[in-house]
Amino acid sequence: MPKIRCNGREIDAPANATVAALLPPLPGPLCAMGVCMGCRVTIDGRPHQLACQTLVRDGMEVTTP
Amino acid sequence: MTDVVIVGAGIVGAACAYELAQAGATVELLDPNIPGSGATAAGMGHLVDLDDDLSRYSVNLWHQLAPQLPKQAEFWNCGTLWIAANDAEMEEARRKPGVELLDAKQLYEAEPHLRPGLAGGAVAKGDAVVYAPVATRWLLEQAKAKVTRRAVTSLDEIQAGAVICATGAMTAKLLPELPIRPRKGHLAITDRYPGLVQHQLVELGYMTSAQGESNESVAFNVQPRPTGQLLIGSSRQYNVETTEIDPPILDRMLTRAFELLPVLRDCNVIRTWTGFRASTPDKIPLIGHLRGNLYLATGHEGLGVTTSLGTAKILAAEILRRPSPLPPAPYRPERFQT
Repeated sequence: MPKIRCNGREIDAPANATVAALLPPLPGPLCAMGVCMGCRVTIDGRPHQLACQTLVRDGMEVTTP
Repeated sequence: MTDVVIVGAGIVGAACAYELAQAGATVELLDPNIPGSGATAAGMGHLVDLDDDLSRYSVNLWHQLAPQLPKQAEFWNCGTLWIAANDAEMEEARRKPGVELLDAKQLYEAEPHLRPGLAGGAVAKGDAVVYAPVATRWLLEQAKAKVTRRAVTSLDEIQAGAVICATGAMTAKLLPELPIRPRKGHLAITDRYPGLVQHQLVELGYMTSAQGESNESVAFNVQPRPTGQLLIGSSRQYNVETTEIDPPILDRMLTRAFELLPVLRDCNVIRTWTGFRASTPDKIPLIGHLRGNLYLATGHEGLGVTTSLGTAKILAAEILRRPSPLPPAPYRPERFQT
């Protein structure tokens, strides 16, 4: 099972889960299909990545706004 | 009767309204769209001294106006960094007056994300950026000018002491006898990446694209916005009338941007759009009397935001029969009348 770190906290992630499925609640409703841009997070130092369109990878570092 | 009617409420028309109102004239503007929504909104709002009288004078005027502009006009004296890719371009940089030269080491200290292997650069510290649609609205408010949403089909039917045609690329339709050609441009804007770029970055080869007559060209031009967003340009195309994004030229434009600033590959573009510049054969605008009560303030190609303020000073001086701040002859429309 891949492990990711979200805001410094380690999370066990099911394989093939999207990052969005594992995040603490973000403000507002989200479309979960890459359109609303509401789920942008920093992944491995790259800002403005769409959490709903990114699959988890072991060792991934995620920072929410 | 209104003293002056200005056709076209872009930055050039608004600057003329401001200047004439300061002199006590009553001014009305006619435009079918909201003020500043044409080339004014499509362009970058780069205030750039290109080593000629009009742009230098105009950049100075922007600095004088800046303390009064509203915060939303986002005036920012970020300077222009002209990038020299090789020794030949470094020679070109050395010929630019009033710039601070950078060797390769200083270049990467100033802009660490530029691609490796560049020769150096030149910083024009007086250059700035502005959000031109807001500046346009502010100039119109200051002028207390009446703005009427109306499409003009014939300039000769307008009753006024003076009529100023400030219609940019639309001049080609209104006054087809003038040698003005629309020149299409594309721009892209990214999400917010604060601090990634510090200066307006332009390759020295940009002038070849801007001044040349090539039917289609691209050149590297990236502007940091005060929001942290990056505006990415530039493209130039003649003989295209449609406003749609042209994927092959957008691809060329972005590829050029990636070559010089590879970090852009990791940035999200959130919007792309196009606009039309008003291009003249000698790349100098048309400012001055045309016939009867008709005056021109058009043909600024990519420099309309920069040179709007200087244009307005020159034209107002002619209309009001006052001394001109610059010799007006180079800009007079009569140079194209045979």
